[in-house]
Amino acid sequence: MIRRRPPADPLVRDLVVAAQRSAVSRRQLLGGVGLGLGATALTACAPPPPPATAQALKLPTDVSTTDKVVRWANWTAYLDYDEETKQYPSLQGFIERTGIEATYSEDIEDNDAYYNKIRPQLIAGQDIGRDIFTFTDWMANRVIREQMCQPLELIRIPNANNMLEPLKDVSFDPGRTHSLTWQSGFAGIGYNKAKVGRELKSLDDLWADDLKGKVTVLSEFRDTVGCILLQQGVDISQPIGKAEFEKAVAEVEKRMKDGNIRRIKGNSYIEDLKTGNAVAGIVWSGDLFILRAETEDPNWEFVIPESGGTLWSDNLMVPITSTHRRNAEELMNYYYEPEVAAQVAAYVNYVSPVKGAKEVLAQTDPELAESPFIFPSEEYIAENNIKGFSALSAEDDADFSAIWQKVMGN
Amino acid sequence: MSALAHVGAGTAPGAPGAAAPQPTRKSKLAYLLLLPGAVWLLVFFVIPLVQLFTVSLQSQFPGYPGYYYRDVNVGNYWRALTEFAPHFGRSLLFAGLATFFAFCLAYPLAYAMAFKAGRWRGVMMILVIAPFFTSFILRTVAWRQILADEGPIASTLNALHLLPGGRITETWIAVVAGLTYNFLPFMVLPIYASLERADHRVIEAGGDLYANGFTTFRTVTLPMSMPGVLAGTLLTFIPAAGDYVNAELLGSDGTKMIGNVIESQFFKVLGGFPIAAALSFTLMALILALVFVYVRKFGTEELL
Repeated sequence: MIRRRPPADPLVRDLVVAAQRSAVSRRQLLGGVGLGLGATALTACAPPPPPATAQALKLPTDVSTTDKVVRWANWTAYLDYDEETKQYPSLQGFIERTGIEATYSEDIEDNDAYYNKIRPQLIAGQDIGRDIFTFTDWMANRVIREQMCQPLELIRIPNANNMLEPLKDVSFDPGRTHSLTWQSGFAGIGYNKAKVGRELKSLDDLWADDLKGKVTVLSEFRDTVGCILLQQGVDISQPIGKAEFEKAVAEVEKRMKDGNIRRIKGNSYIEDLKTGNAVAGIVWSGDLFILRAETEDPNWEFVIPESGGTLWSDNLMVPITSTHRRNAEELMNYYYEPEVAAQVAAYVNYVSPVKGAKEVLAQTDPELAESPFIFPSEEYIAENNIKGFSALSAEDDADFSAIWQKVMGN
Repeated sequence: MSALAHVGAGTAPGAPGAAAPQPTRKSKLAYLLLLPGAVWLLVFFVIPLVQLFTVSLQSQFPGYPGYYYRDVNVGNYWRALTEFAPHFGRSLLFAGLATFFAFCLAYPLAYAMAFKAGRWRGVMMILVIAPFFTSFILRTVAWRQILADEGPIASTLNALHLLPGGRITETWIAVVAGLTYNFLPFMVLPIYASLERADHRVIEAGGDLYANGFTTFRTVTLPMSMPGVLAGTLLTFIPAAGDYVNAELLGSDGTKMIGNVIESQFFKVLGGFPIAAALSFTLMALILALVFVYVRKFGTEELL
């Protein structure tokens, strides 16, 4: 008999061994199966070989030409919205031009919460009812690594060439084969000047006694902890050690214990600012400008803390199970037109990734076109010590997010 | 579950006619009638439960967060119990408080509805049930607005210097209040049902035997409503202990309950699935044990 290496799986191995014996009766075989099952139960404590990470992609058949639909999951306050008509004007423009029925839902409150909700469905190959989802850099990194998004046919998105140069070659998606930037933004201090009664400039100003219990911070640890790390003199664009991370987390814990921080929250912190439960906090830049417009209160201010703020981007991607990739690509192409990008930027007040949007906006609203929060110059970013949070290894990512959940009381 | 059936059924079990065993045709029909429910339970309760149990024993590939292999890792349960003991304690405490307050509010209300309401009974019934017409998430969010710092309640209390922390939302008070509010109808309805069925003549007999109003209530009315009280407390306590919406929307980072931990382990921690499953099972076991002791102590034969 030729001796070969027995299969690794104990169940299969037992079956093979049983089959190799002479005169195999059915009873013996069944016994082998029983033995195999028993062995699986007993040897279960030894970890089997780790999962294969790189597999051939199985893309679903695209039905874009027959089923003219594209369904987009995005964050709150992230697309131009008309209160009167209850419509998204730029999206309406897309529908009129292409005839593709685009639906938009504000599904995402938190990267982790949303991705972990849909991940089991994506793994099982089920449609999640969305053809575009929008994730922050680090999560986009994970989504691409886990092969949960489809490669983009850039030839169908000619406008992608309008992307700002620094964004074209990001570390998590070289050459932008899987994702396109939707918007970028800063995390820093947001507050209501009238209610606070003075200007806030640094993180220490947030921990003032009279603001106790009126401060909200973001549940996105890369922003909250990122800002604190910057204050502690750590360059967050370089790899971050666990000790440094824990030191910054301890600061958050202290501020919570002392009653300074009211709540660590996702995107719904906007509601707390509106109802007066919070008057200041670590927030995302564009939200404060939308809040200013919505409440018609010019006192809402956003500042980059003296010690620096964080810079992040959110990225459009097509879920692996979507059957409307081409429609999604058409939508991405549309939003990379400078005119459309300017229309969105004027509303959301986040950093636009599209070249030429500034010039378009300058024609209608020259003041807005000069805003460093929409079109920041390289000098502005360098002067204000604005940094992106360094990419974490899968293990550190899991480790840090577990630590962070503890801080959040979970 | 028997508590629920009890609330719905108007007649006492063991009514004549059910006792005598019938020929096989009838019992076949009984099985046939049971089939849809049994299939439902199997597909949507037993199978997910078994699946959840296998998940709770899984281990993680070292170095591959988010990937699991089948295992018999009892350590998940140990971690669930030790690491999250404060959350379990908080859940039981908050649920207990909410049950207590709901009882204090519901009993007089149910009593009034059953004995004193007269023609207003129907209106009161509708008022108790009306909140169910809107989603309970929406109603809880509405409480955020009502209890907000600049809302009417908090600002009044603050003006009177009656609010030590200066706020209601993001405190345990708001969480318990939210739980009490959300589960109040589940307490009112069973108590009302058992009071309404009570024989008025028996209560009158108490007076005839020279008992004063309080004694009659203590020795006659209250014992007669015990099945309703038992059902009501269970229907309030069990869902309240597993609730995470109130703690999430009205509470703060220091008032998280076990439901929040399960949610965060499932959805927010990479590789938290086994712990979340173990937490779910521990919670189930804990509640089952508590309910068992409680029903043993206070239960009536009618209920079990």
